[in-house]
Amino acid sequence: MTVESIVDSEAAGPLLAVDELFVEFRTRDGVAKVLNGVSYRVEAGETLAVLGESGSGKSVTAQTIMGILDTPPGVITGGEVRYHGENLLAASAKRRREVRGSGIAMIFQDALSALNPVFTVGFQIEEQLRVRRGMSRRDARKRAVELLDQVRIPNARDRVRQYPHEFSGGMRQRAMIAMSLALDPELLIADEPTTALDVTVQAQIMDLLREIQLDRHMGLILITHDLGVVAEVADRIAVMYAGRIVEQSDAVSLYRQPGHPYTQALLDSLPRLDLKGARLNTIKGLPPSLIDIPAGCPFHPRCPRVRDVCRTDVPPAHRPAAGRLSACHFAEELISGE
Amino acid sequence: MTDPSTAASGAAVSASEFVTGAEHVQTKPGKPRSLASDAWYDLRRRPRFIISAALILLVLLMAAWPSLFTSVDPNYADLDRSRLGPSAQAWFGYDNQGADIFARTIYGARASIVVGISATVFTVLLGGTLGLLAGYHGGWVDAVMSRVADIFFGLPFVLGAIVILSSFRATGGSSATEITLLVILSISVLSWPACMRITRAAAITAKQQDYVKAARALGASTSRIILRHLLPNILAPVLVYATIALGGFIGAEATLSFLGIGLHAPVVSWGVMIADSRDFLRIAPHTLLFPAAFLTATVLAFVMLGDAVREALDPKTR
Repeated sequence: MTVESIVDSEAAGPLLAVDELFVEFRTRDGVAKVLNGVSYRVEAGETLAVLGESGSGKSVTAQTIMGILDTPPGVITGGEVRYHGENLLAASAKRRREVRGSGIAMIFQDALSALNPVFTVGFQIEEQLRVRRGMSRRDARKRAVELLDQVRIPNARDRVRQYPHEFSGGMRQRAMIAMSLALDPELLIADEPTTALDVTVQAQIMDLLREIQLDRHMGLILITHDLGVVAEVADRIAVMYAGRIVEQSDAVSLYRQPGHPYTQALLDSLPRLDLKGARLNTIKGLPPSLIDIPAGCPFHPRCPRVRDVCRTDVPPAHRPAAGRLSACHFAEELISGE
Repeated sequence: MTDPSTAASGAAVSASEFVTGAEHVQTKPGKPRSLASDAWYDLRRRPRFIISAALILLVLLMAAWPSLFTSVDPNYADLDRSRLGPSAQAWFGYDNQGADIFARTIYGARASIVVGISATVFTVLLGGTLGLLAGYHGGWVDAVMSRVADIFFGLPFVLGAIVILSSFRATGGSSATEITLLVILSISVLSWPACMRITRAAAITAKQQDYVKAARALGASTSRIILRHLLPNILAPVLVYATIALGGFIGAEATLSFLGIGLHAPVVSWGVMIADSRDFLRIAPHTLLFPAAFLTATVLAFVMLGDAVREALDPKTR
C-alpha cells in the first residue's frame, strides 16, 4: 500500500516520494531492521516534519534519500526514492551526485562538525559554486556574501572570510543553511537543525527556515524529536516508531486528535504550564531493539490500550479519517475520541 | 588562562573584535584567523620554538653555504698535525689525518641535512599516500596495506638497513650521490609504516566527521573529498611526525655511517667523522666530541621543534 493511494494531496506529481523503503544494518549482533517499509512524500513548498525517538529511523531515511548511508553496515533491501518520478536508488553514481546539492540538499544537527575547520566559511560556499556552476572566484564570492546576507548573518562581507570556529552556534547553523542553499535545491532535508542550539536561537533558525522555504517555494523535510519545534512550522507530520511510520497527518488534526497511541503518548509527555505540580507523563518501557522487533504491533509492549490482536497482527497502515494515515488497529476509536 | 599572552590568543580565537588592553589595534575587526595563523601566533611566543628554530636555521645555513663559516678546505690533511688538540688556528683541533675538525664539522652538516630532509620527504610521501588511501577506503585495501606495513614495521631498523645497503652497494657504484641516495632510500623504505599508521588513523577519524558527510550530501566527488576535506585535516599530525622524524633520520644516517655501511669518504658527514674517531677515543677525545655535539644539538633541535609544533597545533594544550 503506497502513500499516494491513501493520503490525498495536490494532483501534481510529488517532488519527492519515498516508497516502501526497507533498510537493514548487518552488525555482529545480528540484522537490525532499521527501516521497515517507510513511505512518505513531499510536495514543493510543503513542510513535512518527521518525528520520532532516537533510533526510530528518521535520520537513516534522510541518509538513504541523500545516498550518504554508510554501506556497510547499511543495506537497502527494498523500496524506491523517487525525485520528480525518477528512482534515485537505481540511478548512476554520477546522476546521484548531480542531484545532491542542486536537487536535494541537507543540513546537519551539529553545524560545527559539519563545516570543514580548515577553510573559511566563504570558501566552502564558493567551492560548490565554482565547481558545480563554473562561476569565477569573484562571482562566487559575491554570491556567497548574498547567501550569508539571506540567512541574516550580520556583516556578511567580513564574515565570509572567517573560519567556522569564529562563528557562534546559531551563526554556524545559518552558515550551514547558506551553504546548502548555494545550488538552489528544490528540497531541503534538515536533520535536527536546532537540537544543538539554545531555545531562543532555535526559534530564530526555525523562523529562518520557514521564511526561506516560503520564499523559494522549496520542499522541506524537518527531522526532529521536538514536538514544540514541529507545531509552528510543519504542514504535515509523520511519526516514526521502530522503522515504521505509525501515523501521518496534517499538523493541526494530529495535535487536536492523535490517531496512534504512540503520538498520544508523545503529546502527553510534554511538560505543561497549566498542570503545574502534576507528575509529568512518560512513556513506560524502552524503544524495541531493532534486531528483535516484537511480533504484532511494535509498540504493543508499551501501549496503554494494548489488546490481544496487537500482540499477533501487524496493524496495516490505513486511513481512519480523510487525509490521515495510522498504523493502529484502533485508530478510528482514537480519532473519534472513543 | 592567566598568562597574558595566552589570554590574548584565546580572546583572539573566540572573537577577533575583542581588543585587549587600551592599545589601538589597526587590524580590521573581521580579520580571519586560520588554524595555521593561530598556530604561528602561538609558536612565536614559545621559547622552545625560538631556540630550536634558531639552531635549525644555523645548521641549514651551514649546509647551504659552509664557506660563510670557514675558509679552510675540509679535505686538506697534513699528517704533521695529526690529532692535535683545539688551538687558535683550529678551534676544534685536527683529526687523525690532520684535517681541520671545525671545517669538517661545518661541511658535514650538508650531508646530514640532505639525508634527513630527503628521507623525511620520501617517507611522508610514501607513508602518507598509502595511509590516506587505506584510511579512506577501509575494507580489504586497508587490510592488505596494513599487513604490508606490519611486515616492514617488524624489521629491525639497523639490521634492515645493513641488509639493504650491503646487498645494493656491491652492484651500484660508489659515487657520493649514489651512496647518499641509497642511504636515503633505505631509511625511507624502513620508516614509512610509522607515517602510514599516523595518516591512516587521522584519515579514519576525519572520514567520520560530519563535514565529510556534508560534502558528500552537497555532491562532492571522492577525489575532492580526499584532497579538500581529508588531506588538510590530517596535515597537523603528519607535520609533527615529519619534524621529529627528521631529527631521527639525521641520527640514523650517523648510525649507518658509523657502522661503515652508510656514507663514507670522500663525503664528509658527522656520522663519518664519529666513525673515524672511534679508534682514538681515549687519546684524542676531541675528534669525537665536536661532531657528536653538533649531531646531538641538531637532532634535539628538530625534536624540540616537533614538540612545539604539536603543542601549537593541538587546541587542547592551550
